[in-house]
Amino acid sequence: MIQIHCPYCGETLPELEFAYAGEAHIERPLSPSEQSDEQWAEFLFLRENVKGPHFERWRHLHGCGRFFNAVRNTITDRFYITYKAGEPRPDLATLLEEDK
Amino acid sequence: MSKYRLRGRGRVDSSKPVVFTFDGKPYTGLKGDTVASALLAHGVHLMGRSFKYHRPRGAIAAGSEEPNALIGTRRGPGRFEPNTRATVQEIWEGLETTSQNKFPSLKWDVGAVNDAAYMMFSAGFYYKTFMWPRSFWDKVYEPFIRAAAGLGVSPTEEDPDTYASRYSYCDLLIVGAGPAGIAAAREAAGKGLSVILVDENPEMGGTLLSEPQSKINGKAAWNWLEDELAALQAAGVKLMTRTTAIGYYHENLIALVEKLTDHLPTLPEDTPRERMWRVRAKQVVLAQGALEKPMVFHGNDRPGVMLAGSAQTFLNRYGVKVGNTPAVVTSHDSAWYAAFDLQDAGAFVQAIIDTRAQVRQDLQDEARARGIPVKLSHTVTATGGRLRVNNVRVNPVSGGTNVGAGQWIKCDALLMSGGWTPSLHLFSHTKGSLTWDDDLTTFLPKDTPEDCVITGASRGLWGVEAALRDGAARVGEALAKLGIGSSASEYSVEDDRTGSGVMMRELPTDRSPGKAKAFVDFQNDVTAKDLRLAVREGMRSIEHVKRYTTNGMATDQGKMSNINGLNIAADALGKKQPQVGLTTFRPPYTPTTFGAFAGYHRGEHFEVVRKTQIDAWAEEHGAVYEPVGQWRRARYFPKAGETMDQAVTRECAATRASVGIFDASTLGKIEVVGPDAAEFINRMYTNPFLKLAPGKCRYGLLLGDDGFIRDDGVIARVEEDRFHVTTTTGGAARVLNMMEDYLQTEWPDLNVWLTSTTEQWSTVALNGPNAAKLLAPFVEGIELTEEAFPHMSCVNCTVAGYPARLWRVSFTGEIGFEVNVPAPYGRDLWEKLWEAGQQYDITPYGTETMHVLRAEKGYIIVGQDTDGTVTPADAGMDWAVGKKKADFVGMRGLARPDLVAPNRKQLVGLLTEDNSWLEEGAQIVFDPKQPIPMKMVGHVTSSYNQGTTGRPIALALVEGGHSKMGETVYIPMPDRTIAAKITGTVFFDPENSRLKI
Amino acid sequence: MTRFNALNLVKNALSGHKNWTEQWPESQPKAEYDVVIVGAGGHGLGAAYYLAKEHGITNVAVIDKGWLGGGNTGRNTTIIRSNYLYDESARMFDHAVDLWQGLSQELNYNVMYSNRGVLMLAHTVHDVQSFKRHVHANRLNGVDNRWLTSEECKEFCPPVNIAKDARYPVLGGALQERAGTARHDAVAWGYARGAAERGVDIIQNCAVTAIRRHPDGSVAGVETEKGFIKAKKVAVSASGHNSMVMSTADVRLPLESMPLQALVSEPVKPIFPCVVMSNAVHAYCSQSDKGELVIGSGTDQYVSYSQRGGLPLIEHTVAAISEVFPIFNRMRMLRKWGGITDNTPDRSPIVGKTPVQNLYVNAGWGTGGFKATPGAAHTLAWTVAKDEPHPINAPFTLDRFRTGRLIDEAAAAAVAH
Repeated sequence: MIQIHCPYCGETLPELEFAYAGEAHIERPLSPSEQSDEQWAEFLFLRENVKGPHFERWRHLHGCGRFFNAVRNTITDRFYITYKAGEPRPDLATLLEEDK
Repeated sequence: MSKYRLRGRGRVDSSKPVVFTFDGKPYTGLKGDTVASALLAHGVHLMGRSFKYHRPRGAIAAGSEEPNALIGTRRGPGRFEPNTRATVQEIWEGLETTSQNKFPSLKWDVGAVNDAAYMMFSAGFYYKTFMWPRSFWDKVYEPFIRAAAGLGVSPTEEDPDTYASRYSYCDLLIVGAGPAGIAAAREAAGKGLSVILVDENPEMGGTLLSEPQSKINGKAAWNWLEDELAALQAAGVKLMTRTTAIGYYHENLIALVEKLTDHLPTLPEDTPRERMWRVRAKQVVLAQGALEKPMVFHGNDRPGVMLAGSAQTFLNRYGVKVGNTPAVVTSHDSAWYAAFDLQDAGAFVQAIIDTRAQVRQDLQDEARARGIPVKLSHTVTATGGRLRVNNVRVNPVSGGTNVGAGQWIKCDALLMSGGWTPSLHLFSHTKGSLTWDDDLTTFLPKDTPEDCVITGASRGLWGVEAALRDGAARVGEALAKLGIGSSASEYSVEDDRTGSGVMMRELPTDRSPGKAKAFVDFQNDVTAKDLRLAVREGMRSIEHVKRYTTNGMATDQGKMSNINGLNIAADALGKKQPQVGLTTFRPPYTPTTFGAFAGYHRGEHFEVVRKTQIDAWAEEHGAVYEPVGQWRRARYFPKAGETMDQAVTRECAATRASVGIFDASTLGKIEVVGPDAAEFINRMYTNPFLKLAPGKCRYGLLLGDDGFIRDDGVIARVEEDRFHVTTTTGGAARVLNMMEDYLQTEWPDLNVWLTSTTEQWSTVALNGPNAAKLLAPFVEGIELTEEAFPHMSCVNCTVAGYPARLWRVSFTGEIGFEVNVPAPYGRDLWEKLWEAGQQYDITPYGTETMHVLRAEKGYIIVGQDTDGTVTPADAGMDWAVGKKKADFVGMRGLARPDLVAPNRKQLVGLLTEDNSWLEEGAQIVFDPKQPIPMKMVGHVTSSYNQGTTGRPIALALVEGGHSKMGETVYIPMPDRTIAAKITGTVFFDPENSRLKI
Repeated sequence: MTRFNALNLVKNALSGHKNWTEQWPESQPKAEYDVVIVGAGGHGLGAAYYLAKEHGITNVAVIDKGWLGGGNTGRNTTIIRSNYLYDESARMFDHAVDLWQGLSQELNYNVMYSNRGVLMLAHTVHDVQSFKRHVHANRLNGVDNRWLTSEECKEFCPPVNIAKDARYPVLGGALQERAGTARHDAVAWGYARGAAERGVDIIQNCAVTAIRRHPDGSVAGVETEKGFIKAKKVAVSASGHNSMVMSTADVRLPLESMPLQALVSEPVKPIFPCVVMSNAVHAYCSQSDKGELVIGSGTDQYVSYSQRGGLPLIEHTVAAISEVFPIFNRMRMLRKWGGITDNTPDRSPIVGKTPVQNLYVNAGWGTGGFKATPGAAHTLAWTVAKDEPHPINAPFTLDRFRTGRLIDEAAAAAVAH
């Protein structure tokens, strides 16, 4: 059972309190009607499915209820960082460097 | 006193005899004995039969790694378990045990004919035959194979025991209480840390329990042990015995299983049988020791052939001589000490046979001093005896492979040691990497991503002193990470038994190696020949060899067989061991009861049952329930002797005739509040909500962004900035999650709060022509008239003295009200309405009647009439989609090519031509005469014959159904084909005339 | 290659089994192949076998980063059934079941296909509606599947608890008698042996690092740890890693890789005669020929390639087994393991041609790929050989995610109300 740091609560807590919410930084287009079928399918379904550092979302379901973002290594399941929704995507190279 | 017991020796209590039975025969052991040690004390070696050849087998080991001596254990009704290791099960007065995998008896087993056909049953033989004739696999071969396989028999009764589960958090968890683990605990103790030390055995001490001769820092080993454990306890270290660390999970989560009652003669009240601990430790020390390797030679599985270290354990810990005239075969120094201990205890060791040409002179001198014959550069090529070894064939070896003439030596036990393998199971669970050590010819631990250190024999160290020093030193790394400085204590040990050895594959033999029965995996009957055959057939990865031969897949999970198997496979391939690979160790470390994993989640606690405030009333009034999501809901309220159909027919009629009362509290409820609440709802739901006036309700349809229906419900605008949203019973959590997702991450600019209020409200629904009349006297603050409170209104008022949100809505087509009161008042409100309703013959109804009544009106149930592939247009609900809206969730999805394609499946009504009832789920075709496979054009989603229209009605999804009104479709059933006419979905009161007060 | 039969088994037994030959040789990559298949699981090896046998294309290599059959082929709970709801799925899986029936004889390798029946338990009214929908659809599609009452369920599988007061009572079940299990490793080995016999190279421990394309966009071959291998056509069938491999050819797939765990109990004498699936409580159980209860669980919730899996899911799975089969509560778990499953949004696979010429894909089988093995392999071989969809795999396009024409078996079982 992995442990997750909720950036809103400031606590590291067991996975059971959280719900995975898919890849991060996929924005719903502001004007969906102007999207082509291909673009809409990409928004709905296409994911990077990275093996390695993965930008993803979690929700502190049984805690504060907030959605937040995370970078997690999908090979080891270890988190590099979690950060609040709306914050910019952290620089991966810097993250990996800090992790060493 | 039993024949092989040495009075006063070992850690058993000779003043406390314990009687148990094995295969119905009573045996007397001593308190502290295992089943195996007690049987060995009586000279009983035969304890089981092997898996494939049904060969007679005895205990080969003295601990949890035992592959052979598996027994059934019973404690009265319901308390039976198969495959218990006799070397682990402690005896208690009255324990019943049985041998396994034999018929008719352990001594005479007809399955042993397999052994005679040994050459046929080589590795993978079943892949090569049993294919003809084709039908025989299911009917003949497989049943035969299945009956022969398996070990013990399954329990057949429900388990009366309970199992507990707990979480624990500590600074340091130490797995294994041998010298290394205890030394580690000692360094950590008294430093203000929370420390847990666990061991799978009933007693702590590990090797020390089998090696009482050593002196640690001047104290006799057992005295030192006692003092140390007392000191640890005094320093607040939590000591847990009979506790197995079964798995190492992410981020230092260790699962421990503590056995609490399997060793007790009487079961204490209120004590669980086992307790699963999930321990989150900041640091972990793994000190699991090492496991002795068997030697691989023809006949190495005969009862009486066992590991030398285990024989030493039986002697020193249990006071049992495993034989009076044992012989020893080894390639490691450690077995020499076993021979010495046995000789000193009164046995007559017949020979020490060592495959090595050179052995330490002091060992040879000691053997000679004791009069034990020593044969260096010798091999063992066979053993004799039917149910117990009675002699061993010994041959000289020169040049490594030249085997000279054999000589039979009589013996009543044969002790073997092929050296020791570090126990790396938990380390492997961490995805830790291993490195091959050529000198020790074994894998050693390297790196792990987890916060743990590994110490002692687990990393290839040998001897008590080395283990103590290493434990004390290595724990320092863990302590340093906890911010605690330490300097490792010093240890000196006298009479320490250090030693070394060489790795052997199969022992050299003068027999045809192709015919030797030299076992590697004892339980699964995998021989060296099988492993070599697998390689010959192209199995090059150790995983292939393992899977082809089943080596390492027995209940010891390869503890006895993996390394021998790897050495032999590597040799056959002409490769080094690491190039062939090591199969992964997988949790659990030892087989673990399902009960321990399930814990409290059994029976009614398997999953929480959610009940409304009114549930108890329903139960008192004979409700029959159905589970919906986690809720249990009253399905119908049968009167005496009524079937479900009769009850539902009555409930439907009564509601339409006068008034019915229904518990709608399970509907999901979400409070949406804030200046932008209307905008938010408007974006989430398909319907327009901006102009909905406070005090009004509107039906809402929720889609996914793919355009398909996800949920629906009535939404009330309670105040300008406050909405009370209802969802389906099963969909509440999903809908709230979806709303939060959009609100928090797509539209954070909207000023809205969402709160789940499902449990905050009790919701009582009244439906029927007399609903208003019944309710009105209870309501303060609003007149229940058509003018003051029309259909689809809501108001905050007082009902029966309680603050209420009163809605005028209808899911039945009758005059309807839903009274929401704070949850605790629900039952009282219900009872007041119930009492006052008697004058109107009020009838309680359940979900089934609710379904019928709504179907008569053509109202859909999401999840029944839709299935995740249905659009609003498909459901005939285009009216619910705001045409002027710029966007809502699902709007773009609805425009995708297939969602606007012609001929989609559309929701229609069906009336059967012969008035028969259709089965829900039945498939629909246009052409009933076509052959199978038929072209199906839809299915029946809802179907009822208990309603008030006087005939069965159905809803169905049919291809292009909306343009096929009046046409006939066919429903082919197994026995006949039913014709039905396509109609609209409203079967009752299409003018909605009954909604008016 | 020695044929496998009882006579040869006896002959070899008498000669000490010294004369058996390799079932497949250890191949090194050639410079060029007509077809390179990435992934030596049952699907990939099977496709190679059918390419050679039915299409005469033998200059084929199957390349794997590890040992053959070491992915999901060797890690699943071996359930085989075809009682799927939609026509497209039913045809694919029933084609597979047809091939399973004779696969041992076809391959001259006993894959132990055991049609002992798969029983799917219904615990709620919604389950009943959903399963009956399946039963009726299957009947009209010619796929066997019938409804059993709860008493009939108990009769068919005595360990099932049908107590009315159970937390999730058994209201009935759907039984497909032709369904069952097979010996998973043997499927990979049998196809490997059959393919190798027909000239296919099986190259193990050689990771494909990228797909190389010609300037015109079509496939040129694969980059591997052992160098570049030229190929006229490339088919990717690397469950768990498909999206990674395909992304090197700039083909993005709607896949997420999720951990899936399974476990076995200690072996016992026959007690469990069939396969039972309980979707409502997530319990899937059968008993292997060896006697172990083979138990499947649901997927963990997050993308992961760690093959580690969490403890809570296993606890839930075992609790579910004890709930449905209370007599097993004192049985012991022997080992658990994890696999990586490729999941599509509609839980149906993506099979066939891709936007890149001469590049084919077989992906997204989720938790159900093993049962499809012969059908997927057989139709994939056709598609690769003819460069056109097989009628059975034609609906499983990548394009359906654009049009919305999903084959949504998961949605069909959706629960609300």
